[in-house]
Amino acid sequence: MIISIASGKGGTGKTLVATSLALSLNDSYKVKLLDCDVEEPNDHVFLKPAITGSEPVSIPVPKIDEAKCTRCGKCAEVCAFNAIAVLGEHVLTFPELCHGCGACSYLCPEKAISEEKREIGVVERGDAGGIEFVQGKLTVGEAMAPPVIRMVKKHTDSDGISIIDSPPGTSCPVVESIEGSDFCLLVTEPTPFGLNDLVLAVETVRQLGIPSGVVLNRAGVGDAKVEEYCRRENIPVLLTIPLDTEIARLYSRGITLVEGMPKWKDKFVGLFEGIKEIVDARNRSLKR
Amino acid sequence: MREIVVLSGKGGTGKTSIVGSLAALASGKVLADCDVDAADLHLLLSPSVKQENEFWSGQLAHIDEAKCTECGLCQELCRFDAIKDYKVNPIACEGCGFCSQVCPEEAITMRENMSGHWFVSDTKYGPLVHARLGIAQENSGKLVAQVRQEARRIAEEQGLDYIISDGPPGIGCPVISSLSGASLALMVTEPTLSGIHDLERVLGVCRHFGVPGMVCINKYDLNEENSRRIEDYCRKQGIKLAAKVPFDNAVTEAIVRGVPVVEYADGAVSREIEGLWDVISHT
Repeated sequence: MIISIASGKGGTGKTLVATSLALSLNDSYKVKLLDCDVEEPNDHVFLKPAITGSEPVSIPVPKIDEAKCTRCGKCAEVCAFNAIAVLGEHVLTFPELCHGCGACSYLCPEKAISEEKREIGVVERGDAGGIEFVQGKLTVGEAMAPPVIRMVKKHTDSDGISIIDSPPGTSCPVVESIEGSDFCLLVTEPTPFGLNDLVLAVETVRQLGIPSGVVLNRAGVGDAKVEEYCRRENIPVLLTIPLDTEIARLYSRGITLVEGMPKWKDKFVGLFEGIKEIVDARNRSLKR
Repeated sequence: MREIVVLSGKGGTGKTSIVGSLAALASGKVLADCDVDAADLHLLLSPSVKQENEFWSGQLAHIDEAKCTECGLCQELCRFDAIKDYKVNPIACEGCGFCSQVCPEEAITMRENMSGHWFVSDTKYGPLVHARLGIAQENSGKLVAQVRQEARRIAEEQGLDYIISDGPPGIGCPVISSLSGASLALMVTEPTLSGIHDLERVLGVCRHFGVPGMVCINKYDLNEENSRRIEDYCRKQGIKLAAKVPFDNAVTEAIVRGVPVVEYADGAVSREIEGLWDVISHT
């Protein structure tokens, strides 16, 4: 089963939920944790995995063979991202704008364009107390997160439980992270900011056809509007975590909730049971 | 004119609460919400929308079923796995147009894609430029550029001294688009190990693009040891620590009431944010 953790708003507790869920299920299942927040991956801060392998992530960018090139301009014409320009006798490439689609090299009538790899990040694998750990890291200064996320997701396993920690927001990196999940857990907080961004996140998962449920974090502050919204929209609130300075202090020191306060383990197991029920019911109805 | 962008790396450290308060403190400014895929600043500023614009950006492939012979060349060549069973998945399509270039039947056309809206609003604090990226859309960086361009136009037209923008979390495309060419990046961080880790990465992005940075620790008293680590780090990096804002539920209460915290409470939080604006405006 693939469970992704998303939020819309940042800082609502995705990492807290992902790490504690992984640890709580580790005794009974084969658990994988994939950190797809490749801009700011934080799961490693809490799980302190022993990294055993790493592979660079690169995208193919054009390399022009000046000797073969006739400056016909076809490559510049077909590039949708303005990553190639032909200026007089020179062909200029702008690798940081290139999406690596391959149109220029395929369509060059002189076969003057080959591709070389440009590294934009890295995927690391390791072990965290029996949890198989994978994370992506976008290189500082690079803009394109999705290719790194795609590489992390290659390690997803439908056998056992794969937990995907997604980035905040609702745009392409989030979609890339949660697409293909059996379930998406939306972590929010009971404030107008939390609600505004939860509504956007719910629209996103609905568009992708992924069943979802909510974890309400820092309950007790703010107002009741998130709960009212969930009731109205028929979205199950599967776990409520109260606002508690002790929980915040543990988090600040990089200690997972279930390790700092072991009584929470049962609640995370319960969270998983709730998810499983929804996913099983859905699979049964899809079969029919 | 100075453009101040508020970033954090990690989400949820308090960027929007700080920007909302700077909106109330600074005079002669235009506000910009550059977090276009989860914009929240409008929830503090009660804007009245004066102008709504469609944002057209990028293209999506469209296959004409009548012309398609199902030869499969497009599926084979698409590197984004965006064509399956001779149908385009609009979410996966990057808009590169490779398929439409190679289709032997000329059955694929590229269509302009409306990927969001942007707005110019009035608030009691001054003009606000904000946006809403469509769900699951790409090109958030281009929409950010559009918001900044409009904010700059307004600032020039009205002779305003500041553009204050609320940036997105992370370090990727929309952050780079918010940051490049700005006068100052204010990094709002929190004294957690994740906050510190993410601060270091976003400061790296500021260095990469040559934008001077300044740091504000929010909820500094949540973990004073970590706050000292951040102070040491800033000293070593030669980055000014502009403020240490304590934890106070008043910040959340202000969000619930939909007002900037400096207008809601007059405790230590507000005094510290006033000091922060003092530092920024005198730098």
